[in-house]
Amino acid sequence: MSTEHAPNSTPCAAPGGPAQPMVDIRSLSLWYGGSQALKDISLTIPKSMVTAFIGPSGCGKSTLLRCLNRMNDLVENVRIQGAVDVNNRDIYSPTENVDVLRKRIGMVFQRSTPFPKTIYENIAFGPRITGIKRQHELDRIVEASLSGAALWDEVKDRLHHSALGLSGGQQQRLCIARALALKPELILFDEPCAALDPIATAKIEELIIELKKDYTIAIVTHNLQQAARISDYTAFLYLGELVEFGPTTRMFTNPESDKTKSYVTGRFG
Amino acid sequence: MKRIPFLKSGEPYIWLTGGALAFCVLMVAGMVLLIAFNGLSGFWPTRLVRFAMNDGRVILGRVEDRDLSADPSEGKKYRIKVNRGNRDLDQADFIWLEESDVAEHDQPSDALVVERTEWGSFFGQIKALKDGDHLVAEGPSEGLSTVIAALPETHRLQRQIVGIEKKEIGDINEAQEHLRLRSTRLERQGVTSGPELDRVRAEKDELQRRYDGQTARLEDLKQQLQRTVVLSAVDGTEKEIPLANIVRLYQPNRMGLMAKAGLYLSKIWEFVSDDPRESNTEGGTFPAIFGTVMMVMLMTFIVTPLGVVAAVYLREYARQGRLVSAVRIAVNNLAGVPSIVFGVFGVGFFIYLIGGNLDRLFFADYLPTPTLGTGGILWASLTLALLTLPVVIVATEEGLAAVPRDVREASLALGATQFETTWRVVLPAVTPSILTGLILAMARAAGEVAPLMVTGVVKLAPTLPIDGNWPYLHVDRKFMHLGFYIYDVGFQSPNVDAARPMVFATTLLLLVIVIVLNLAAILLRNHLRRRLTATGF
Repeated sequence: MSTEHAPNSTPCAAPGGPAQPMVDIRSLSLWYGGSQALKDISLTIPKSMVTAFIGPSGCGKSTLLRCLNRMNDLVENVRIQGAVDVNNRDIYSPTENVDVLRKRIGMVFQRSTPFPKTIYENIAFGPRITGIKRQHELDRIVEASLSGAALWDEVKDRLHHSALGLSGGQQQRLCIARALALKPELILFDEPCAALDPIATAKIEELIIELKKDYTIAIVTHNLQQAARISDYTAFLYLGELVEFGPTTRMFTNPESDKTKSYVTGRFG
Repeated sequence: MKRIPFLKSGEPYIWLTGGALAFCVLMVAGMVLLIAFNGLSGFWPTRLVRFAMNDGRVILGRVEDRDLSADPSEGKKYRIKVNRGNRDLDQADFIWLEESDVAEHDQPSDALVVERTEWGSFFGQIKALKDGDHLVAEGPSEGLSTVIAALPETHRLQRQIVGIEKKEIGDINEAQEHLRLRSTRLERQGVTSGPELDRVRAEKDELQRRYDGQTARLEDLKQQLQRTVVLSAVDGTEKEIPLANIVRLYQPNRMGLMAKAGLYLSKIWEFVSDDPRESNTEGGTFPAIFGTVMMVMLMTFIVTPLGVVAAVYLREYARQGRLVSAVRIAVNNLAGVPSIVFGVFGVGFFIYLIGGNLDRLFFADYLPTPTLGTGGILWASLTLALLTLPVVIVATEEGLAAVPRDVREASLALGATQFETTWRVVLPAVTPSILTGLILAMARAAGEVAPLMVTGVVKLAPTLPIDGNWPYLHVDRKFMHLGFYIYDVGFQSPNVDAARPMVFATTLLLLVIVIVLNLAAILLRNHLRRRLTATGF
């Protein structure tokens, strides 16, 4: 059970040929006050793939995800050690502007979080704060983002109605479209289907597989079937440690670690 | 099946709480009904009754009240309160008559009510209409018809006179004041001759010429208002008054229900649209309505940004700790400070310190007459803004606390700064809460009297705070306010009986204005809420 130099840190054996690294996490440790939530984690998220973080509640998978766009900075008394490179740029370097960084990395949360604005304004929010003002350009981005999130046909006739009137699944796809509007390099999903019914979940999963073509995706999920269905790589975390990381098919059929084996077969979790 | 004991069934507590609520509702409804009845009944043209007394006196008046005689030893005897008008002829217009002293009473159909701009109403008849010494019409019926025919023209002329006095002469006065300041400035600079001074003199002469022209026009108009009316009371005493002093006249005993209703509505319209007369016991309350609404608006403009920004800092930026808790408690307690304390603070800080220094800086030419260093609508609004600040802060903070953390994080995750998140995502979601705070603040401000009495409210303001002269909005002016108006009419008036209907009517008006202001804010809030949560279908 080695986490130091993970055997799969260069996942050449990935389905679909060799992949370039998108995110490179090196010896990352994180403390909330006195308690350590992440212990010396190193792994590489390949480009244009879906990487799933799985593990029992409290294992640190969400914390790890939130390290990738520095959302943990918002928590008081947090201390982080190690390095995270996104596209070969160290995001924790003191010169890195966190607002610019977050524009490069999209995030979708567990609970859908539409802003109390119209559908159009929800999507245009990101482009607007980057300084895009021209109406036709915003129109184009809104349509492209909503189409990208498979929502355009459902909402094109009511773009100027409140986003809070959408159904749960639609709201979640709206949040995805909102992230797409900024053309991110990486999209983080934090249990995006936890609050959705099976049909809405299926739609989101389909969408994630579709998005893989153009974006790199990291997803936290406690639904093992979901991880098996949509991800190319899987990382299994337990009590803040990375137990195992590798191609999803191997993780679920022939795990190296006994802990992984008992978790994916449902013996604990 | 065992029956549950009544006390344990919980039923009595439902009745108890429901009863308490019903009691509260009854009290509020009773209060509103009492005010509405008293306020609205004062305008109804009641009939005139003529009393022939045992001692030979004849009295014409309105019956206002009837109760048991003060002296119980003589058994059950009633007395009646009569308003006999004619304040200029008799000592008191309201008198008590013992019913046993009344020989007989009737309701003469030709009894006339003349509402005048001075001395209140006159009850009696018209004897003659005169133009100087020349007799135009004589006798009650001929006199009445000629007076009624002549009144519209008279009122038109009067409005013209008031218009000239306010607009044309007002403009000239203002220009003269500017000239005076210019010449004193020149004097102070030591200029005794030169083109500048000549220009001032030339302009001064020009203004004088314009002034003379306007006064001549006024004289001309006043010449046309020479006619006088001779009125006779029921006991034969006569009184001659200018025709222009008559507001309206009617014979209540001859009027049908429709005519009375028409008169009633026109009196209510006069009440809300006209200037007050007779030290506020008659006429309208328009300046007070205007002042109240304008002050509340000004206060809203001041308190909203201040309260919202303070709440945003407290909730969004400040590090939550002991200091912030202490500040929050202090803000909450501020709401419980007696309002007169705010008034005194307003006088000491806004008027004397800020206003006084602004005067020295910008209006030095006018000193020692203060411009901003005295009570005015701006200082009153600022004082009330301070008074209502806690309400707005608390309501906004509650709204901010209700915005889910996820929404904030979602905005931050899109690369928005904390300011952009607060300004563009959180605050729009909080708008309904802010409006709730404003509704409470407005209701409180509209009803407040004590702090206003020391910061700029007057019994009678000669001009409204808005007019046609630059800069149009005169925030330094003193103003009238319905709350103070009620206090003044009700408790400072020399003629309590005459003022009573006015007190109730004004109270009702204040109530209506508070309700209207609140309704407007509530409708706006509901509209915003609907827009924020609309289903879209």
